[in-house]
Amino acid sequence: MKLINMKIAVLALVCSAAAAASASAGQLRAANVRNCTWCHGTSAQGYATAPRLAGQRPGYIEKQLVSFANHTRDNPRSREYMWNATEALNRRTAHDLATYFSTLPPRAANDGHRELVAKGRTIYELGIPDANIVSCLVCHAPNAEGVRDIPRLAGLGYAYLNTRLRQWGEGYHAAAEYPMPKVARTLSVDEIEALASYLSFIK
Amino acid sequence: MKAIGLQRMLPTAILAAVLGAAGGAAGAERGLQAKLEYCKTCHGLSGQGYLGYFAMPRLAGQQTIYLENQLRAFTERRRTNPVMFNVAHALSPSMLAALAAHFRELDPRPFGGAPRGLAAKGKPIYEEGIPEANVPACSACHGPDARGHDEIPRLAGQLYPYTINALNNWSKERGQGGTKEDTSAIMAPTAHNLTRAQIAAVAAYVSTLK
Repeated sequence: MKLINMKIAVLALVCSAAAAASASAGQLRAANVRNCTWCHGTSAQGYATAPRLAGQRPGYIEKQLVSFANHTRDNPRSREYMWNATEALNRRTAHDLATYFSTLPPRAANDGHRELVAKGRTIYELGIPDANIVSCLVCHAPNAEGVRDIPRLAGLGYAYLNTRLRQWGEGYHAAAEYPMPKVARTLSVDEIEALASYLSFIK
Repeated sequence: MKAIGLQRMLPTAILAAVLGAAGGAAGAERGLQAKLEYCKTCHGLSGQGYLGYFAMPRLAGQQTIYLENQLRAFTERRRTNPVMFNVAHALSPSMLAALAAHFRELDPRPFGGAPRGLAAKGKPIYEEGIPEANVPACSACHGPDARGHDEIPRLAGQLYPYTINALNNWSKERGQGGTKEDTSAIMAPTAHNLTRAQIAAVAAYVSTLK
């Protein structure tokens, strides 16, 4: 009797756990999205230092989530916020969140300096050969929409782009492999401001 | 051993010989190193190529005459590429030679990434051509090992999307100099006579070659 009761108990436990898992999968996803949009904006367009997630390459989002969780990406805001935010993240959820946010329509931030757009555009498209700085366009695409796990830069906020571009030259670690860590390292402050301005206006 | 050492010194020696008193060998070496790093940012640390939005081609092991010809073609706008025009037009002839000599010596593994099984379809095209379509055997000029010769480029290990793009857009991108002489003219009929599927197959095949 005892053995049968135990077997039934185990069976009941397994079944209810499975049922709970599938029932809560939908709820889990909604709750996780809310956890993100709390800082990244209700339509994921970004807010203050939290960048826009809407319309971002899913491969890029997923890669960043993993790099926060394993503490690879260590710039200050990542360390302060994203390390905690991804503590309980699993790969399935990371993938689902990345897919979801990539489908949201992005809106350009339009908050850069308009008078710097022309200079930023030249740097984006052609780099600065005399300073041995390569073109951004060849990897990030002609309209800065990115490809695979190379991020969309188009329409991201000026402040975020400015900070992020500077960080490449400040020794922080990122998920990106060669060549990105090297590419932006020697950009001057003026060049960064021009790039960030140009990119913030791209739809 | 001695020969290898001499070959390594060759790029710097070329530059130093030309720059001579101005800055001397040390200055020439620094300038070359900075420029090489610049090239390798896009073309890969070992010149193996890189796949961004565009495919940046493999330069490793490339024929020096071919590389120099392309850099000149970019500069003279006989080959259309705004990014490479900007890169190339500021290079002095001695820098051109030094860069080409450096990349000639690199030998990384092929970048890979072509669809499985497609290379096998490309092998017979590469080795025998398609006589009924007036497509000569690639191996006849590019060599059975696809490593090229003089002004005929190495294809071995070239990036799959790059080769596809090059062949599909041959006459749109190259030979844009009008009456100016251009070595790319010889490939125009071949590129035109290949179908898109054949181009993809050949591109897959050469992308696997070491």
